[in-house]
Formats: sequence, structure tokens, C-alpha cells
Amino acid sequence: MSKPLPPFQRFLDTHRGEVWRLICASVPRSEADDCFQETFIAALRAYPRLRAGSDLRAWVLTIAHRKTLDAHRARARRALPVADVEEHGTRTTADARPGETSRDEALWSAVGALPQRQRSAVVLRFLADLPHRDIASAIGCSEDAARRSLHEGLTKLREVVPA
Amino acid sequence: MRNEKRNTPAWLDQVLRAGPPHSTTGTPHDADATALADLRSAAARLARRIAAEGLADVSYTNADSPFGPLLLAATKRGLVKVAFPEQDVDDVLERLARRLSPRIVEASAPFDDARRELDEYFAGRRREFALPLDWALVGPFGRRVLHFTAKIPYGGVSSYRQAATAAGSPRGSRAAGNALGANPIPIVVPCHRVLRSGGALGGYGGGIDRKRWLLGLEGAIPASSDAARSSG
Repeated sequence: MSKPLPPFQRFLDTHRGEVWRLICASVPRSEADDCFQETFIAALRAYPRLRAGSDLRAWVLTIAHRKTLDAHRARARRALPVADVEEHGTRTTADARPGETSRDEALWSAVGALPQRQRSAVVLRFLADLPHRDIASAIGCSEDAARRSLHEGLTKLREVVPA
Repeated sequence: MRNEKRNTPAWLDQVLRAGPPHSTTGTPHDADATALADLRSAAARLARRIAAEGLADVSYTNADSPFGPLLLAATKRGLVKVAFPEQDVDDVLERLARRLSPRIVEASAPFDDARRELDEYFAGRRREFALPLDWALVGPFGRRVLHFTAKIPYGGVSSYRQAATAAGSPRGSRAAGNALGANPIPIVVPCHRVLRSGGALGGYGGGIDRKRWLLGLEGAIPASSDAARSSG
């Protein structure tokens, strides 16, 4: 017998911190709140149809990832047509704080500047701690392609931010 | 995994796992209280939106009482569950998730009327509840017993036998007693007003001391002086 679905509030309390973290790593702070709302509203709507025993953590983090992509797309539509969406960083100067130019900050702005697939792969692997199979289905590509995107992303991060 | 290990120095792995500064609510950036405040405000906005759009099937809250905090749960139809303080909240919610729907969220506003009516009742200023009820947790026989019970007036009492008779099963006193003991909406559906035929108090799901206290409050028996909080 698989475990029945927990009451939604418990599910929300358990995963909201990680969802918030993943969202903050993927979109500018000004969009994080909306992404958070959209993630849990979508989860709440779909919740009763979920099979008991599902991996709730992977499920909600995958939804959150999808909502951050929606936010990127919405931003791209608002932006000037010349802007290159793929190379558009998520960190804005408004997010940076005076006097904080640490390696961590630099690294995360480099993550924000990665092409979308590589950024997704890095965020889903390291923040969401998802296996390659789940990363592949979240991105919508093969497992090999997900591995490649992750590898390329990490290589780029090492170039941009030397240890 | 191997792939990343080769490709990821320890520091990079660590920084990536920690998440961007000012986003984490755990280590190692938890010194930044704004992250937590932002998450809290996002969660509060989410709760308001769920309530405003009616997206939950069941909501629940705590309500103060002389017995301690009661857990109240309601569907869109009405109040569906009142749980005494000693009942494990997670256990109650898990049962509701299985019986009704897992779309259960905490919400205070839908219970404003219930909270007010309970306050008035416990203060002796209310003799009957005007709250909509949902009988979804009660079977057909139990429903007949509890419908009868709901009509026993404030200050009055009835017997298990009368409850059984009213439910169409005159010899079913024991079954009526079980149905009353399983009343999911105690206090509001006054199962405490049903006693043994001889006048002995009988049982109560919330403990016999509480039954005595409630009957005392309503003036059906001399008021009990001992603490309402203890369960029997």
C-alpha cells in the first residue's frame, strides 16, 4: 500500500522553502512571488488527481521550474524584439547589493546568464537535487541531452567564476 | 552523478546547493531575515488567494474554548468537524483527506461566524447554533440519530433509547450510543444532551467531565465547578 496523499497544507508547509529557493535561483526577485503563487495554485488544482505514493517533492519542483520558464517567456514578450531571450540573465543590478561582490554573487549571476536549458539543468540538479531522468522530463529532452546541458552549464560556470 | 563530480569542484557544488544569497531560509544564508519574510509574505498572499478563489475543498482553523483550542474543519457546505484539543491535528487532517478530499488548507476567515457563535455559547449568551453543517462524515443511521439530537433544546436532555427510536430503530440504543460517540461535530450538534434512560450521564466522545460541564453550562444539571479542561 502506498502512502495516501497528505493534506495539502502539510504538503505546502513541507515544500514551500525549497520551492522558494528554486524560484529565487531562476527568476529576478520581483517575479518570485508570482511564480510561487502560480506554482502552488497549479499544484492545488491538480492535487486530488495525483497518484498516492507519487514523489511530491519532484512533482512540485518540476511545476515551479515550469512557472519560472513561463516568467522568462512573459518577460521576453514584454522586452524589445532585439533582446536575446536565451542569453538574458535573471540577475538585475537592482538585485545586487552594494558591497556584495562575493564569489557566490558572481556565480549566481553567471547561473542567471546561462542559456535556458543549461540554467534549468543546473538549478534542477543542484537546488532541486533531482535525478537526470526527472531533469530530462522537466526540460522536455532526453536524459543524455539533460546530462549534456548540465555539463555545458557547469563548464561555463567554471570559466566565468574561477575558484 | 559521476559526470558532475568530475566536472564540479567541491566549492562550486556547495555554493550551487546552497542557492543564491538572500533566497534561502536555511543554512548558510539564514542570517538574512528578508528571505524568510519574503517567503512568509508570498505564503500569506497564496493563502488569501486560495480563500478568495475557493480553491480548497476543506479548510480548517483553531478556535479558542474553555476546553483549550478546538480544531474546526469546514467544506463549502458547512462545518464538518470539531475536534477536541487532545486529538492529534495531523491525524484528524489525514482522516479528512482520506474521507473528503486532500485539498485541505488552513484558513481563518471562513470560520469567523463559527468562532463568534462558539464564544457566545461558552459565555452563556447563545442557546442554539445557526451554522450551516455538512454531514458528509456521518452514515445514514448516524445522520438520523444526530438530526434528532440537533433538535433537543438548550437546557433539555434526552435518552439513548429516544434517540434510537427517533432514528427508526427502537431497540438500537447501543447503536445510537455509538453514533453519538462518533459525532464529528460535537458541541454544535449537542450529543452531550443525550443521557442514559435512568438519568446517568452515559459516555461522551470528549470525556465525561466535559459532558457534565456542558450540561452544567446549559443548566440541565447543577453546574460543575471543576475545570472544564480536564478530559474524563
